[in-house]
Amino acid sequence: MIYLDLFLGFLRVGCFAFGGAYGAIPLIRDVVLSYGWLDDEALTHMIAVSESTPGPIMVNLATYVGNVQGGFLGALLATLAVVLPSFVVILLVMAVFGSLLKNPCTQAVLRGVKPCIIGIILATGCYMTAKSCLLSPGNAAPDPRALIVAALLAGALLGRRALVQKGLSPVRLILLSAFLGALVFR
Amino acid sequence: MRQKNILFDLLLTFLKIGLFTFGGGYAMLAMIENSCVTEKGWISHDDMMNVTVIAESTPGPIAINCATFVGYRQAGLWGALAATLGIVLPSFVIIYSISSLLDNFLEIAVIASAFRGIRIGVGFLILQAAAGMVKKMPKKPLPLAIMAASFLLMLSANLFSWKLSSISLMLLAGVVSLGLFAAGAGKGGNKG
Repeated sequence: MIYLDLFLGFLRVGCFAFGGAYGAIPLIRDVVLSYGWLDDEALTHMIAVSESTPGPIMVNLATYVGNVQGGFLGALLATLAVVLPSFVVILLVMAVFGSLLKNPCTQAVLRGVKPCIIGIILATGCYMTAKSCLLSPGNAAPDPRALIVAALLAGALLGRRALVQKGLSPVRLILLSAFLGALVFR
Repeated sequence: MRQKNILFDLLLTFLKIGLFTFGGGYAMLAMIENSCVTEKGWISHDDMMNVTVIAESTPGPIAINCATFVGYRQAGLWGALAATLGIVLPSFVIIYSISSLLDNFLEIAVIASAFRGIRIGVGFLILQAAAGMVKKMPKKPLPLAIMAASFLLMLSANLFSWKLSSISLMLLAGVVSLGLFAAGAGKGGNKG
């Protein structure tokens, strides 16, 4: 039953996605890969599309996967499922458990979960970068052009960081990598 | 009548935020602060900081948490619903309209090449976000150890296709941290 799967899958994403959009990407990857809704390639495309369209990335991803797998109703259910936990949790926090977050035990749990999230995001970033640089679709050998794009991007990022102490904004990074891709992979 | 107006206002304001914010959570927080604190005066700056902490320590998209919070403050449950609907609607409509086109879109050679570039860019994007988080986290032995262990476990899980979900890893880290906290408190507890 695809509707139930979509709802439960994205409910899981909504329940456990701490730490913002990038924190959620490893989790979304877990869910969509385990149900076979997207492969790694389609997922990276979708992350790029979500970055280049307005709105929370998780909502964009849920709407997209829902629509591809189950049409309008699928999109609606997946979006509802990803939003529902945060909605309910905030209502509960405000209405009932105002002091829960100040509780030392809650704080202790959060102190452990936060660095863990950072480690997971780092690992996912490393893995996805390495994979997109070293593996080319339908080809066993690494594509040197991918390495060129990666080197240029890394140069641009580090150069900008050295010059103005700031990284590239996500939209600019996506635009730059799209431009480099179109130029180099032609 | 006033009640209806505030609901409509909440819906419109968050529609605007949802429509014009690219780049996810943190970009959206800046936009919400600008609309709800500076323009509308719905919540104070201190409240905004509190929401940010609550949003970061509760699951789900940060923007949704904020919208629900501001809406609830202004007009209770219906306010929360109106604000949340407002912030979700633009992404839903846009993604829904382009998702059926996306596959045809990728057939075009230039666009396919651009997306191969984007695949590499997204990796860097995640790395950049992670680097920012590492910079902001407390540099104490325990958090650093948890981070390093999670990094290695998750990376090996990816490389060797272990069945290790990020959720179980997070739960484990939470339990370990709570255990150490409880052990520390049992010994008479030195804090830190």
